[in-house]
Amino acid sequence: MKIQQLKHIYRKTKDILTQGWMLAGLVVVILLPFVIGLGLYLKSHHIFTQYNFWELIGSTEWKPLSGKFGLYPFILSSLWITLIAIVIALPVALLSAIHLTTYAKAWVLKWVHPLIDILAGLPSVIYGIWGVIAVVPAVQSLALSFGIKVSGYSILAGGIVLAIMILPFILNILIEIFKSIPIELTEVTLSLGATRWQTVKKVILRKAMPGIISATGLGISRAFGETIAVLMVAGNVVKIPTGIFQPGYPLPALLINNYGEMLSIPLYDSALMLAAFILLLIVLFFNILGRYTIVRFEKSM
Amino acid sequence: MKPAIRIRNLNLHIHKHHILKNINVDIPANKLTVIIGPSGCGKTTLLKTLNRLTDLSSDIDISGQIFIGEEDILHTSRDITEIRKQMGLLAQRPFPLPMSIFNNVAFGLKIGGRKNKNILAKRVEYYLREVNLWEEVKDRLHQPASRLSIGQQQRLCLARGLAVDPKIILADEPTSALDPISTQAIEQKFAELKKNYTIVMVTHILRQARQIADYLIFMHMGEIIEHGPAQEILNNPKEEKTKMYLQGVFY
Repeated sequence: MKIQQLKHIYRKTKDILTQGWMLAGLVVVILLPFVIGLGLYLKSHHIFTQYNFWELIGSTEWKPLSGKFGLYPFILSSLWITLIAIVIALPVALLSAIHLTTYAKAWVLKWVHPLIDILAGLPSVIYGIWGVIAVVPAVQSLALSFGIKVSGYSILAGGIVLAIMILPFILNILIEIFKSIPIELTEVTLSLGATRWQTVKKVILRKAMPGIISATGLGISRAFGETIAVLMVAGNVVKIPTGIFQPGYPLPALLINNYGEMLSIPLYDSALMLAAFILLLIVLFFNILGRYTIVRFEKSM
Repeated sequence: MKPAIRIRNLNLHIHKHHILKNINVDIPANKLTVIIGPSGCGKTTLLKTLNRLTDLSSDIDISGQIFIGEEDILHTSRDITEIRKQMGLLAQRPFPLPMSIFNNVAFGLKIGGRKNKNILAKRVEYYLREVNLWEEVKDRLHQPASRLSIGQQQRLCLARGLAVDPKIILADEPTSALDPISTQAIEQKFAELKKNYTIVMVTHILRQARQIADYLIFMHMGEIIEHGPAQEILNNPKEEKTKMYLQGVFY
């Protein structure tokens, strides 16, 4: 009787303990983004003793030695590069996703899928190197044909490389979205006398629209934070880009190029931490936007 | 009366699988023809072949002829959209288009080139009345169709199909997702509509077949085992397989 009871207590404690470990694991996962965000904020908030937030974001001058920490050129460069990347990647992804899910034979999708995954899995430094040897010279000669003499290291080069990097990512989401649209919807639309193109344009795209917006949001958030490849081709000159052939200096590049150096300069590390914090906020914003529309999309289906 | 659809030596393969085996049958005009048979016997495939929705899949091989009127729709030079417009399709579940109630019904008319707003409004009302939906939706025509109940959606889909003025209605288990009252509404509607339309319906509900079928086609393993006037087959099946199916030996 005693032993039975002991056994019971032992088993029950074990049960509670294992459940506890699982819960602990979950708590760690949930807390991580907040801890990271909080850490960045704590490290950066010293700078607010001397400057206010909008001053830092709006100012164009970045001269740490004389205490000027304007983040505007970096934010603008990042926005430009991201915009170019999305403008290039989205139409390509959209068209190929529609083709793969509505026109192509089933085996094509089966073969293309792993190919997309390979593209998505390539280390970003490979895209960077490829950008340096292929995209940068191409941009240079393109600019030359407009009569502009530049090195080719530019926000356009950054945008193109980034577009190629986020393409498989967006494409994968879009394929899933178009696959989730039932074939019967196409069938009934065709039976009303619509052509294939009318069906795609008026029904399928409309049905997929929230999903397309999500994919774009998630694509932007990924593009915004991408570091190495963009850093290698964007030129990294601190000034407000005046055209797509001009060099830019995206936020992640600022961090990686400067963190760890000259941190004895007052407030320098705070400024960099603030840059990281802003980066985190922007990426989070687009991520949440993307997820939110996906949730709404699933409800409406 | 001349049959509305004549199917001759129809064979259909998907990859190497022989799905429809030498189908020969006439579907009478202005009658309700019901195709019954166990799951996987090819009844839905046969229905989709009539509408050439089989074109969507490139793995399908078809041989034989399907005459609608004098035209062999499998070997015609006419535009496929024109052929499909002769036939309204009602699917197993309602699939409202992602747009308003009004635009669901107006869709076929609009892509058919009708732009006049007054005419569109009149036609939409006419067809919504035709399926007894008008009173329920007249105050919210511009809300998304997805907000309607499933039963209402299916009637909307019927109205949408009728609006392109087909001669034939193809229905693939049109009541399988519906509650009993909505099912009855569709069945009654079909009984009325057959005056003006030829209806071909796939079902696996024997009660439904008994109640509304004029003509019956029984399929098994891709073959037509027996076809003829519904009461004849239901009361005096000639083939052993039909008997077994009607007695519920296999589904």
